[in-house]
This record gives sequence, C-alpha cells and structure tokens, in this order.
Amino acid sequence: MLALLKRDLTLATRAGGGFGLAVAFFLILCALVPFGVGPDSEALRPIAPGILWVGALLSSLLSLDRIFALDHEDGSLDLLATAPIPLEGVVAVKAFAHWITTGLPLVVAAPVFGLLLHLPGEAVFWLILSLLIGTPALSMLGAFGAGVTVGLRRGGLLLSLLVLPLYIPTLIFGTEVTRRGAEAADPFTPMLFLGGITAGVLALVPFAAAAALRVNLR
Amino acid sequence: MSIWEYANPVKFMRVSGAVLPWLVATAVICTTGGVAWGFLTPEDYRQGSTVKIVFLHVPAAMMAINIWVMMLVASLIWLIRRHHVSALAAKAAAPVGAVMTLIALATGAIWGQPMWGTWWEWDPRLTSFLILLLFYIGYIALWSSIEDADSAADLTGVLCLVGSVFALLSRYAVMFWNQGLHQGASLSVAEGERMSAVYRYPLYLSMLGFLLLFLALVLIRTRTEIRRRRLAALQAREMRG
Repeated sequence: MLALLKRDLTLATRAGGGFGLAVAFFLILCALVPFGVGPDSEALRPIAPGILWVGALLSSLLSLDRIFALDHEDGSLDLLATAPIPLEGVVAVKAFAHWITTGLPLVVAAPVFGLLLHLPGEAVFWLILSLLIGTPALSMLGAFGAGVTVGLRRGGLLLSLLVLPLYIPTLIFGTEVTRRGAEAADPFTPMLFLGGITAGVLALVPFAAAAALRVNLR
Repeated sequence: MSIWEYANPVKFMRVSGAVLPWLVATAVICTTGGVAWGFLTPEDYRQGSTVKIVFLHVPAAMMAINIWVMMLVASLIWLIRRHHVSALAAKAAAPVGAVMTLIALATGAIWGQPMWGTWWEWDPRLTSFLILLLFYIGYIALWSSIEDADSAADLTGVLCLVGSVFALLSRYAVMFWNQGLHQGASLSVAEGERMSAVYRYPLYLSMLGFLLLFLALVLIRTRTEIRRRRLAALQAREMRG
C-alpha cells in the first residue's frame, strides 16, 4: 500500500501530473470573485468563508477523474484489482494520494487567499482547521464518483453532476465553522458535525467505490 | 406462492397487463376527483383561493420523497437478489420522481409568491427538495450514459444507496444552516393542529390519486423497458443468426 501511495504521488508530481493545478485554479477563482462582487472590503468580508469553501470544493473536483481514469486506460487498474491488497484499500490509498496532491496544498494556500478576500484574522485558524477536517471527505467522495464513471467516455461532466450534491453537507458545516470563527461565535458544534461526516465517509465510502470499480472492471 | 414469483418477467408482464387498465382508470378518477373536489372547497379565511394549490403541492411532495424510497428498495432488491424487473422498475420510477419534485417546487413557488411575498426562499424544506432534484438528475444521467444494461443497473443501484444517505444527511444539514419559513407537517394526527375536514378529505383523495398515478406510470414504463430488453435480445439473436 505504501508502494502504491508512493507511485501515485510520484505520478502526480512529475511533469503532466497536474500537481498544483488545483491551487492555481483556486487562486483564479478567488481573484475573479472581487471582479464580480466589487473590491469593497465590507462586501467581501462576510462572503469570504463561503467563497473559500466553494473554491476548495471546485478545485478538488478538477482532478478527480485522474484518480482512476489513467490507470484504467493503461490497464494498471486491472492489475491493482487482482493484487493481494483489497480493492477497498486501493481506493482508500488513491483517495489519500489525491488528498495529498490537491487537498493539502489547498489547506496551505487558503490563508493566503483569505487575505485577498479580507477574511478576518481570527477566522484563519478555523478556516485551516475546517479545511483540514473537511477536504479528506471531498477526496474520498470524489474517488467514489470517479469509480462510478471510470468506464465512461464522457465521464467528466457526469462526475461533477454526481459528486457535487454529495459535497453539500461538508460544505454547509465547513463554511459554518469558518463563519462562526470569524464572528467569534462557538465553532465547535459544526466542527463536530464536519468531523463526523468525514469519519463516516472515510469508513464507508471505500466499500461503495470498490463495488462500483468491480462493476466497471467486469 | 411468494412475492418473488413476480420477479419473473413473463409473470410480471401478465399480471401487470391485467391490472394496468383498472389502475389507470382509478388513478385518473382519484386524481381528477381529488383536485376537482379540492377546487370546490370554500376559500380559506386567510389564504383565500390560493389554498387550493395544496391539493397538487402536498401529494406531489409526498410522492417525490416516497418514489426515492421505492427506488432505494428496488435497487437493494436488485443488488441482493438480482431480479431484473426490480432494476427496471427503479429506472422507470426515477423520471416520475423528478417530475413530482419539480411539480412540488413549482406549485410551492406559485403558492409562495402571494403568501410569503417571494418565489424562492432558502428554507430547509425548499432547499432539501432542490437537493433531491439534483440527486434525481444525477441518477437519471448515470442511467442514460452507460451502455451495458447490467453495469448500469449495478452502478445506479450503488449511487442510489450512497445518494440516499447523503440526501438524508443534507436534509438535516440544511436545517442547521437556515431556519425555516415553511409550515410543519401538513397532516398531523393531533386534533387542533391538523387542517379542517373540508380540506382534509379532498387532500386524502388527491394523495391516493397521485399514488395510483405513480404506480400506473411505473408499471407502464417498466413494461416498456422489458419490451425494449426483449427487442434488443431478439435483434442480437438476428445479428448472430
């Protein structure tokens, strides 16, 4: 499993792997919003948590189809399916690799982009924490969506249609944590919900994703 | 004699073919009867004539949720016992459910405009219906984009299971996110909370009508799917022969 993780990380960081693309997309998104809303810091401050979270959501969506598609094309997914480690484990490792290459950079970059959107200083800590807790669920749900659509020729658009509704609970509680952090209210209740969702997703979704992959590899 | 015998397509076709005309007739009678009876009810003292939307709005909303539950059960039966009729019934139910959700949203908007002064409000109930509509759309899109019938049934079945969990989760997450404008349950058992009998009985009839209408539509659509399968099988045999 460690070897698989190392392989996926290497593939993602080498040329053509698209590493850093998600962060660049995130930056563009955060730069576009003030053009649409206006440069007024009073207007930007209340919507900053929501924009940052929606941005993180869309950026992690961008590279989802890469989780399985390339391996499916060159046949290595079939080898992985027959490998001694269970397919559920493969899914979990690949989702983890996806999180390291897209989720983690987003977490690191988010405070800087928060400055662009005039996110209050006291909310930055909660933004990092909520993204750190929430983004693993995004990668795992994305792996499920990628597993369902892996055999399709035009899977990309369908993938976003399937996965985005699944992101709603994470988005609601993630934004709520950041918003309450910005208003100095109690952010622990939504954070517990957020953590609960992530824990549940990490525990259960690999089975669903592996089931979908088995169907597609039949 | 067990219920599983009807999982046999031949038997299903025979029984459903015999039941269908009666079902369609009673569905039409109950639906038109319920809505027409509802139209003749006196005007509400606060809401005026707009109250009559309830006879479309509540049954459609009820069916929108229950059709998803039916799809969940049908998907589970397919995934566990591999009865093809079950998978096809789930496929047949999805567009009906999506339309019911749309009807509930549209009538709600038309009702909300004079009553709340807005077409749309990010109220938990309204929002969860919008999310439900998204799930229906995703489910239908997945069905239509996979060519192999059995893989499509498997994948949509898994999607339906995961989607059910997340639809429910979203339902309670949006309650956390925003407080509501929508009233509570329309049909409470407690005396005094529920609506008066003048409105209640036409509503019951209309709900029954919508349920029968749904059953009739699903039977028709499932029969179409079975026939399409048979046709495809015959054509495949022709090609080989």
